Amino acid sequence: MPTCKVDGKEVEFENGMTVLQVCEQAGAEIPRFCYHERLSIAGNCRMCLVEVKPGPPKPAASCALPAGDGMEIFTDSEMVRSARNGVMEFLLINHPLDCPVCDQGGECDLQDQAMIFGRGFSRFDEDKRAVKEKYMGPLIGTVMTRCIHCTRCVRFSTEVAGVTDMGLLNRGEHAEISTLEKAVSSELSGNVIDLCPVGALTSKPYAFNARPWELKKTESVDVMDAVGSNIRIDTRGNEVLRVLPRLNEDVNEEWISDKTRFAVDGLRRQRLDRPYIRKDGKLTAASWDEAFAAIAEAVKGKSGSEIAAVAGDQVDVESMYALKALLASLGSNNVDCRQDGAKIDNTHRGSYLFNSSIAGIEEADALLIVGTNPRWEAPIINARIRKQWLTGGLKVGLIGSNLDLTYDYDYLGAGPDSLKELAAGKGDFFKVLKGAKNPMIIVGSGAIARADGAQVLAAAKAVADKAGMVRDGWNGFNILHRAASRVGGLDIGFVPEKGQDVDSMLNGVVKGEVKVVYLLEADEIDTSKLNNAFVVYQGHHGDKGAHAADVILPGAAYTEKSGTYVNTEGRVQVSRVAAFPPGEAKEDWAILRALSAKLEKTLPFDSLTDLRNKMRGEFPHLAEVDSVSAGNWGDFGVAGDMAPGAFENPIENFYMTCPISRASETMAQCTQEVVLNVREATGTNA
Amino acid sequence: MLQDKDRMFTNLYGYHSWSLKDAMKRGAWDNTKALIEKGRDWICEEVKSSGLRGRGGAGFPTGLKWSFMPKESDGRPSYLVVNADESEPGTCKDREIMRNDPHILIEGCLLASVGMGAHACYIYIRGEFVYEAQILEAAIAEAYEAGLVGKNACKSGYDFDIYLHRGAGAYICGEETALIESLEGKKGQPRLKPPFPAMSGLYGCPTTVNNVESIASAPAILRRGADWFKGFGRENNHGTKLFCVSGHVNKPCNVEEAMSIPLKELLEKHCGGVRGGWDNLLAVIPGGSSVPLITKDVCDTVLMDYDDLKENGTGLGTAAVIVMDKSTDIVAAIARLSYFYKHESCGQCTPCREGTGWMWRMMQRMVVGKATVEEIDMLWEVTKQIEGKTICALGDAAAWPIQGLIRNFRPELERRILEARKNAA
Amino acid sequence: MSEAQFKFEGEYLAEVERAIAKYPKGREQSAVLTALDQAQRQNHAGGHYVTDAAIDEISRMLDMPRIRVLEVATFFTMINLEPVGEFHIQLCGTTPCMLRGAQDIRAAIEKHLDIENGETTADKKFTLTEVECLGACSNAPMIQVNDDFYEDLTPEKTTWLLDELKAGRTVEPGSAIGRRCSEPEGGPITLQEGEFAQNAEKGGK
Repeated sequence: MPTCKVDGKEVEFENGMTVLQVCEQAGAEIPRFCYHERLSIAGNCRMCLVEVKPGPPKPAASCALPAGDGMEIFTDSEMVRSARNGVMEFLLINHPLDCPVCDQGGECDLQDQAMIFGRGFSRFDEDKRAVKEKYMGPLIGTVMTRCIHCTRCVRFSTEVAGVTDMGLLNRGEHAEISTLEKAVSSELSGNVIDLCPVGALTSKPYAFNARPWELKKTESVDVMDAVGSNIRIDTRGNEVLRVLPRLNEDVNEEWISDKTRFAVDGLRRQRLDRPYIRKDGKLTAASWDEAFAAIAEAVKGKSGSEIAAVAGDQVDVESMYALKALLASLGSNNVDCRQDGAKIDNTHRGSYLFNSSIAGIEEADALLIVGTNPRWEAPIINARIRKQWLTGGLKVGLIGSNLDLTYDYDYLGAGPDSLKELAAGKGDFFKVLKGAKNPMIIVGSGAIARADGAQVLAAAKAVADKAGMVRDGWNGFNILHRAASRVGGLDIGFVPEKGQDVDSMLNGVVKGEVKVVYLLEADEIDTSKLNNAFVVYQGHHGDKGAHAADVILPGAAYTEKSGTYVNTEGRVQVSRVAAFPPGEAKEDWAILRALSAKLEKTLPFDSLTDLRNKMRGEFPHLAEVDSVSAGNWGDFGVAGDMAPGAFENPIENFYMTCPISRASETMAQCTQEVVLNVREATGTNA
Repeated sequence: MLQDKDRMFTNLYGYHSWSLKDAMKRGAWDNTKALIEKGRDWICEEVKSSGLRGRGGAGFPTGLKWSFMPKESDGRPSYLVVNADESEPGTCKDREIMRNDPHILIEGCLLASVGMGAHACYIYIRGEFVYEAQILEAAIAEAYEAGLVGKNACKSGYDFDIYLHRGAGAYICGEETALIESLEGKKGQPRLKPPFPAMSGLYGCPTTVNNVESIASAPAILRRGADWFKGFGRENNHGTKLFCVSGHVNKPCNVEEAMSIPLKELLEKHCGGVRGGWDNLLAVIPGGSSVPLITKDVCDTVLMDYDDLKENGTGLGTAAVIVMDKSTDIVAAIARLSYFYKHESCGQCTPCREGTGWMWRMMQRMVVGKATVEEIDMLWEVTKQIEGKTICALGDAAAWPIQGLIRNFRPELERRILEARKNAA
Repeated sequence: MSEAQFKFEGEYLAEVERAIAKYPKGREQSAVLTALDQAQRQNHAGGHYVTDAAIDEISRMLDMPRIRVLEVATFFTMINLEPVGEFHIQLCGTTPCMLRGAQDIRAAIEKHLDIENGETTADKKFTLTEVECLGACSNAPMIQVNDDFYEDLTPEKTTWLLDELKAGRTVEPGSAIGRRCSEPEGGPITLQEGEFAQNAEKGGK
């Protein structure tokens, strides 16, 4: 291994490392603004200058210089100190120094580094540059006079997000970052706010809301999709003010989607903050006791088969576990967590997981996407696919809607016919899969949430088997879920073993066979079919489910409860309480526990810990927090003909997919500016 | 004085046609095939031993630069890119080659390409040279027509394509990696080095970027031999060279002379001397705007070559001699250069983007003395904060003229400050 | 600037296509400067600038994102994104020209046309822009009017030139004092020998 000296200390390094990386490894901190591990190297801020011998008698940008064997690097010599001081001064001369009114204050790289390298006074006696204000859409607030032209945002949007909306216009001191006065058309755009080392790009919805030191920071898990992005929820008092990404190399690296970041203003609107009972067709406020009594009355005398429960897309496993137990105590096995009617069961865990893992995408060399728009259903996973595609090592084929996914793919067709061909081992793309070292398939709900979903699943499995996607050490068969609750629900069997699934429940209601329906945060089903039933809605937002309810039990949103979530990979993660539910609303497990007592079917736990221990006893893998236990493999799906219709993508609007995001004003603005404008501008058929 | 028989640029002033027919009569394209057939290594060696150093400003040995190109292709093509983005203030020599003798440039491109294993060449000409571009295009078309370039160029068996690419107004595109960026259709921002163009240049392929005059010198060197070229100038400073003289001489002009000609001789013999006589000389910028000025006492004896100018705290640069007599407002003259660098900074890296504007603003104040004496030191410090800290050499180029001014004319700067203060009082 | 459509036509289209053909396949973006230049030439009567619609067309033709076209268009001084007059006077103001009176030329133009640097005359005939070194330093001071260099100027020669142009007459570009190129005033003193001597007797253009 080559070695070099950092400030006199001998260190080993791997070939290909930059001087900056070697210095970091040696424990010498190097200040930087433009350099970012996940972006290409720009070398433009010049803050990371170090002295290198042998070399010319001037400092070198350590971020861009490959380390060489025998190099001597000095990070604190007179030359380096004066270079850094000089660069810092240049960065500040045209910076407005408006920290007191800047949202970045307190978490600003420029501020921090100016404290270390700045001179404490200004010798710049000229007029400062003023920069015309820019518009970048409803998410990104701009004060471009603060911009230090590091181009992180341009590089992020171009490289990671894969959109070409941002650029650096003009030249010299007139150089300006621009999006041409429109929103960045990426689901990941908000990450530029985190990347911006100064206060040029800030969060527009969070503008002037708080100072970082006023905030309570809670590490938690996102539920806007089935990725389980690791997040930090920042609250002041009981109000969630913002959501930021947490680093998790296996899941979201350090990115989150715009929905994850910005839908939280929906937590403040349309909240269910007290129980309601429908009286004379109108929902009227009630006490918990009255609400429970009404439910008890409705359930009384009903047989198990007349009672059913549906769990929504953002429910924690604990609540589903409690609800399932409650239904069982009432003699019912009519439970389902598949609101979209996906034709998957839980016989083989491997049949419903994203088995290759998200990080595993970076090992894949061929990918078949079936019936999903990962860009909208899981932007983080889509970014991972793009990352691997950018290396040149991944070939992608797609069956479904032909969309801009930010990477090139072979379009193989719209529906089952194309899948059938591959399942028969035919076609050029089959050869690609077959010839690949680590081929993978991603099957989305557009493929399996249809009447012939089980047949599609079987065909997808046939492709996987034929192309050799499953072997020791590699399982390239992947289901991409959209619902944060889905894998957890399947894991604990929140599906009818002999009972009714969502579809037959709804039909049962219409036919008068199902009389009581319990909706646990379930808003994505056809509630118009529920008219004949007594509907209990337990959840946090006055959305579709609540409108159909006879009794409303106000629950907690994901920021307000500690719950287990299992992501699409099968990764078990636990959310934490960042705020309390509003008004009389309670944590969901507690509501179910209280209700069970009223129904005289008292559930056998008195605390969340109690519940969790029971659940983990029954399903030991749920105790393995932050890890993935591999799914078992076997036969699944149902052989048979598939219907000819094209695979339809289930999401019409990325920004509004759940009660929280639908209640979000920010998401409504994005819908206007990004989704509707894009449609108008390009005329793409929806 | 250099004898006419030893001049390479025999139609420098355009008294005759640039056309292929006349160019051939002047000796261009004379049995080029034989030169090509002597092979890549011979060409490279000959240019190396001629002592030719880059004529675009940096003075890097041309043959050595060619030898950095890969000997064997790894599948990528190699490119020769000719830097015809002549924009360094004071410099106007390449224009004369292109409009009056384009064929020696085209022939040079072919020979240089053989010398580095390139089969394609792009000439990047500054956009403002509209007519020069038209003439070059026409000359290239003639060369294709005559089979001198293209497939089986000069019937040598060597395939060679040559294209003209027009810029659109950016000094920075004279920096080789910015030029490559612009040639690729991007804005002209210099790249980080390494990788150097010889490893990864145009379209990620091995590339050598050479100045027009360097390339146009190749045919004469190869025909007449390295020793002929080496016969001019002092050791390490060989050959003949185009000098561009502008400013306060009686007859500004371009002229080809032997390297190491004394500056005084250059000005007096070819340019009718300094306006108002040699004693009326105030200062000279001897190598284009990027090099520090020298005062009359240095001018008295300095030789126009790389080493002697370097020894005197300046540089040969592009050999563009800007002469300033005693009527010159020296501070304003340098301040105007500061404006130039501010205007031409690409804006990519911090010291140049921010520093050039700052320096220009301070210089503007210095012109009228609206400053403090301490600010002269501060200005000096600011030039030092830029110098050597930037991605490309534009930062240095912006810093040096001011350093030259402060070094040589500090009393004048102080005088203005004191006078302005007196007037204000 | 809401021209519905822009299409390259005739000689301009041919020039863009010729440019595209110069670069390897997949490197069409290299032709962006030519495309921008030709777009404003085609639009000479309309103000010699690149319209929004033209940016769109170039973006489409060269398969380049719009922002990348604009990055280039805003980087280069020769690309106009706002209209200029029929005659765009680019006055070289950098030191070599300055030393030989560029500011006097500028003052003469400003006075004669009653505009300041950066402005266009009311009749849209002339725009004056002080630019950086145009590379004709031995023939300073000089201006470029559209494509043409006019060199060795005096204030009087300059205003005369402007009047001629305004009157619709063409003026031969080059030195205003009879120099052929950049030889010393009065004729070369070198290159006097041989068949191709650069002197008045033997020379012929």
